[in-house]
Order: sequence, then C-alpha cells, then structure tokens
Amino acid sequence: MNPLSEPIRLVIALTVIIGFAALNAAYLVWLERKGAGHIQRRIGPKEVGPYGLLQPLVDGIKLMTKQLFVPCEADPILFKVAPLLVLVPAIMSFVTIPFSETLVARDINIGLLMIFAFASVNVLGVLLGGWGSANKYAVIAAARSVSQNVAYEIPMLITVISLVMAVNTLNLNEIVRGQEGWFFHWHIFRLDISLLMPVSFLIFFTCSLAETNRAPFDMAEAESELIAGAYTEYPGMGFGVFFMGEYANIVIGCALSVLLFLGGWQSPIPWAPAGILGSLWGVFWFLIKLYALIWTVIWIRWTYPRTQFYNLLNLSWKYLIPISLFNLILTGLQIKIVPWL
Amino acid sequence: MISTARDNSLETFVLNLGPQHPATHGVLRVKLVMDGEYVVQAEPVLGYIHRMHEKMGENRTWAQFLPNTGRMDYLGALSFNLGYVAAVERAAGIEVPERAEYLRVITTELNRISSHLLWFGAFVLDLGGFTPLLYAFDDREIILDLLESVTGSRLTYCYFRFGGLYNDIDDAFVPGTREFIKRLRGRMPMYHDLVTKNIILMKRLIDVGPISREMVRKYGATGPVARGSGIDFDVRKHEPYSVYPEFDFDIPVYPECDSMARYMVRMDEIEQSMRIIEQGLDKLPDGPIMAAKAPKIVKPPKGDYYHAVETPRGSFGVRVVSDATNTPYRMKLRSPTFSNLSLFGEACEGMLLPDALALMGSLDLVIPEIDR
Repeated sequence: MNPLSEPIRLVIALTVIIGFAALNAAYLVWLERKGAGHIQRRIGPKEVGPYGLLQPLVDGIKLMTKQLFVPCEADPILFKVAPLLVLVPAIMSFVTIPFSETLVARDINIGLLMIFAFASVNVLGVLLGGWGSANKYAVIAAARSVSQNVAYEIPMLITVISLVMAVNTLNLNEIVRGQEGWFFHWHIFRLDISLLMPVSFLIFFTCSLAETNRAPFDMAEAESELIAGAYTEYPGMGFGVFFMGEYANIVIGCALSVLLFLGGWQSPIPWAPAGILGSLWGVFWFLIKLYALIWTVIWIRWTYPRTQFYNLLNLSWKYLIPISLFNLILTGLQIKIVPWL
Repeated sequence: MISTARDNSLETFVLNLGPQHPATHGVLRVKLVMDGEYVVQAEPVLGYIHRMHEKMGENRTWAQFLPNTGRMDYLGALSFNLGYVAAVERAAGIEVPERAEYLRVITTELNRISSHLLWFGAFVLDLGGFTPLLYAFDDREIILDLLESVTGSRLTYCYFRFGGLYNDIDDAFVPGTREFIKRLRGRMPMYHDLVTKNIILMKRLIDVGPISREMVRKYGATGPVARGSGIDFDVRKHEPYSVYPEFDFDIPVYPECDSMARYMVRMDEIEQSMRIIEQGLDKLPDGPIMAAKAPKIVKPPKGDYYHAVETPRGSFGVRVVSDATNTPYRMKLRSPTFSNLSLFGEACEGMLLPDALALMGSLDLVIPEIDR
C-alpha cells in the first residue's frame, strides 16, 4: 500500500468537508430566506438566478468586497480572531460525522467526545467577539451567550451520557450501527433502553437550538433588543464568517441529533443495495433526516417569538437539568434491571 | 419582574438606545442608565423629527394646515384629520351632513384597525416573532386599498374638509369593506391562536411592565395604555363627537395593568371597530357629502376652541384660538403618545432591558406624533 494514500485521502476528505460546510452555510441562508418567505406568504429571493439560487453567491461577493473595518476602541487581535473561533471548530466537528457507513473522514473511537470538545469552543468565539468589539450591546450579548451556553451544555451532556451508557461506545459509526433494522430500532423509539427516550431527544434538540443561538433562544443576536448582539460591530466578511459558523453549528447540532437518536444513515426499512450504492443509500437517508431537522429549526425560528432571558435559564436549570438527571438514573436502572428480568 | 435593590453607582453605565435602534420604531432616543442588563434610569430624548407643526399652523390659512395633521400620526392619519376638522367646524359653527359624518366614522375606524394591525405586527416583531408582522400587513393591505379608492392616498390621508369630505365613496367600497370585515373576523381567531396563546409570548407579557392607575393619572396617559390599566376612558363614549352616540360598541377595559392588558385592549378594539363599521355601513344615509353653507374661506369668529377625538393611541386634542382672520392665532395640539411615552421613564425602572423594550412596544409609539 502506498504510504501516501492515507494523507492524500485525508486531504481530499477534509477539502470535501470544508466545501460541504461552506456550501451548507451559503445555501442554508438561501433555504432560510425561502422558507421564511413561504411561511410568511411572500416569495423570498427570486431575482438572482432561478428561484434566487445565485443569491448566496452574490451575498458572498458583497461581503468579501466590503472593507474589514476595525473600530478604533476594539481589541484588534480578538476582534479578528473571534469569527475564526466560531467557524473552525464547527468545521473540525464535521471530521468525525459519518455520512454513511464508509463515508467518514476519520472514524475515530472518541468521535462524539471530540465533537463536544470542539462545540464548546464556539461560545468562546462569541464571547471574545463581543468583548473585543468594545460595544455595550456586544458586551451584553457576550455575557448572555456565556451563561446560556453554560446552562444548556449540562442537560445536553447528561442526555448524551445516559445514551452512551446504553450503547457503550463513543464512536459515532458504532452508535449508528447499533440502530440497524426497522425504524423502531432507532434510539428515539427504544423505550427498552430508557422509558424517557423521546423526551431525551427533545431535550437534546432543545439544547442544540440553545447552543447554536437559534430562535427562540437567540439571546446573543437579539436584533430587536441588542441590534445585532455580539456581531454589531462586524463588517463584511467578519460578519460573514460568524454567519457561516452559525449555520455550520446548526448542521452539526442536527447531524448529532440524527446520529444519536434518528438512526443516522440507517434507512427506515432493513434493506440496502449492495456495494457503492449501499453507501449512497446511507448518504441519502442521512441527508433526508438531516435536512428535515434543519427545516424544523428554520420553521421554529419563523414561528416563535424570542424567550426572555430568565425564562431561558429557568427552563434549563429548573426543568431540563432535573429531567435529564432523572433520565440518567432511570437509564442506569433499566440497563441493570431489564436483562435481569 | 425581578427587582434589583443594589445601588452601586460605580457599576452602572449609560446605554444609548437610539436614535437608530430597531426597537424604537423611528428616531426616538432613550438614554438608559444600566446596571448590567437592568435599567436603573431611563430618559427619553426627543426632538429628532421636530417640524414645528403648531407654528406652521399659525402661519398659514386654516385649510392649508389640513395636510399637516396627517403627517403627525401617519398610522392614524384620519383620526388626526378628524380632530382638526372637528375643532375648526366647532369654531366656525359649520354643520356637517349626516352622510359625511357616517363616512368619517367608517373611514376613521378602518384606519384604526389598520393602525392596530400594524402595531400588532411591530410589537410581536419587538418580541422577536417575525411572521405575524407579514400576516398583519396582509390584512392591512386591503384596508389601504379600500382607503386609497376613497381618499386617494394610502398613508398620510387628507380626506376630510371643513363641512364634509373631499370625495364620495365609489360603488365598490361598501361591498369591499363588508368582505374585508368578514375576512378579518375569520382571521382574528388565527391571530389569537398563533400569538395571544403562545406560551413564550404569554410569559413575556403577563405581569411584565406594570403601569399603575396612579401613574396613568399622573402623566395623563390615554387610549389603550389607560384602558389597559383599568381606567374606563374613551373620548368616543365620554365626550361623544360626530355620530358616535348612534353606534352600539363597547370600550374594552382590562384592569391587569401589564403589557398583556394593553395588548388585549388593542386586539378587542379591532373587534369593536369592526362592529362600528358594520353598523355604519348598514345605516349609511344618502345625501350630500359637503355642507351647503360651508364657506370657501374659513374665518372662525374670535374665541378659544377645543375639540378632542379618540385616535388609535389615545386622546388627541386640538385647541385653536381665532382672532377672526384667515390664519389661526394660536394652535395647540395635544398628542396622545407624548403623554404615554412620558411615563416610560418611571415605569421601566428596575426592569430588564428586553422587558423594558416590550413595555415600550406596548405603548404603541409613533415618533413624528410625539415630536410634531
């Protein structure tokens, strides 16, 4: 075997991943605008290209040609680093996400752990961006986003821990393999693992909404209160990179929900074509579930008003954390008792 | 609401809300002294869109001031038209034909619905919900089309004249209005399902932003702000003008004093305005739309005259002093939002910033009307 084959494969895989993330970020904006238009009984972008499909391209050009203006009171280094701190970890997280059984950039044993490790860096970017811009609105937004992320990471991780207790692995591909067969083998329907499995999916999904600063939890970018929150001072591509990072994070959050609870690349019926087609079959189902969830995220945003900040924290500390802790104990008991029966 | 009893003045900072801020709906600036996210002190700063309407009124003929009234409260322009026209008619002793009075009421109430619909959308937008705005605009568009066919303009109407109207309605107006009322009746339950009963919205409005009765009396707040604090005052009922006494309608009053009460008052007022319009269309008499004896050049006799009307935002009073020439000697306009805004500083003390903005949204501010 060629000693260079693995590095070459990695480079190709990573390039594809960056392309996937960038394409998603661009076209999710388009989807969001079209979806919002549909929900609000208007058309949405339609001028640039058919169905406005070239709109993200034009937006990109506009953002890139703008001057990267740094406010004179801002911390120039933090101000410039912050957008990257949001985007880069998000792209890194794509490395371990299995699009199908064989299509994964790096199938490592601690894939799940790695994603959570990188996901926690995201909040740092928002914090530094808000702090570095030396704008009062941005500082308020930065403080909000930190306490929000702290509050929501706990129930999210507890939920994942109770799932991992049952599946005994942190390898995402292994987790998906465990959900083989009919759709009722997906973890969300596995009441034999934990009676609260659908609830833990809801908790996980809610937390991922809050973690990615999406409505109704978009405290860091509450445009009617804080103008643009932590991104108020960002011009052109600085803002664009934040935006890409945000959408990449949405994709990661939804992809994790799909992998952990909705059977990942498993089709709902226990049948798959052989060979390369089988791989594409997996990709097909993974993407269908992924975009269905992303559409739900968009749908929620255009339906609900924004929550109040103390309600947001109350929801986490008073409801989600106790429920997920109870779920953890219940899962533990069920794992011990069910085989025993 | 969470109260903060800390007073460490070193920890506070000044936050400039506006004059360009998404939540102030125009060029209002609020100087906020903040302790973290808590508002310690709020001071509205006005004057960014001051156009000296009162002085302008004193420097042109009585009729020439008419278009100015529609440019103060651009969302309830017809109510402002009516207030000025009625004051001058009272001064000059002009009798208005009945058909004109009925059409004035119908169009003013249509205008009130359109103003409340826009407020509804913009208020939910302040709370972070985007979609209701466009739903409300969908309905409002029909009103604008109807009023355009009658008055000739879509926003800053100048429809009423001393002694009558500028234009009679066309054949399509009555069936079109009936159809619109039917449509809006069908859509109100949807608004309530989608927005009023939304748990997030209820949590943000109920028991948030209290405005006590004493505060309302102290600052002279009127309109939905007063009625949301349990004060049963509506100029249409208590100092009736035009043909309002001939209509059967209720004044919605909510005693809860919170933002939700003000929200509910406005939503109920849409229903009541629909009732008024329906009755008006049923009773609409035939006849002239202009008083036969209306003078071409108005010169009210010497004296001091006042007339108040109920606009979508509260009581609008016009005081004109005439020295029997063709220009007013003095004109004083009492606009409702100015009083409604002045209580904001006291009401939002100790509140969180988003709650204070929800309170500000529930006051239904139209800045050009505050600044005049």
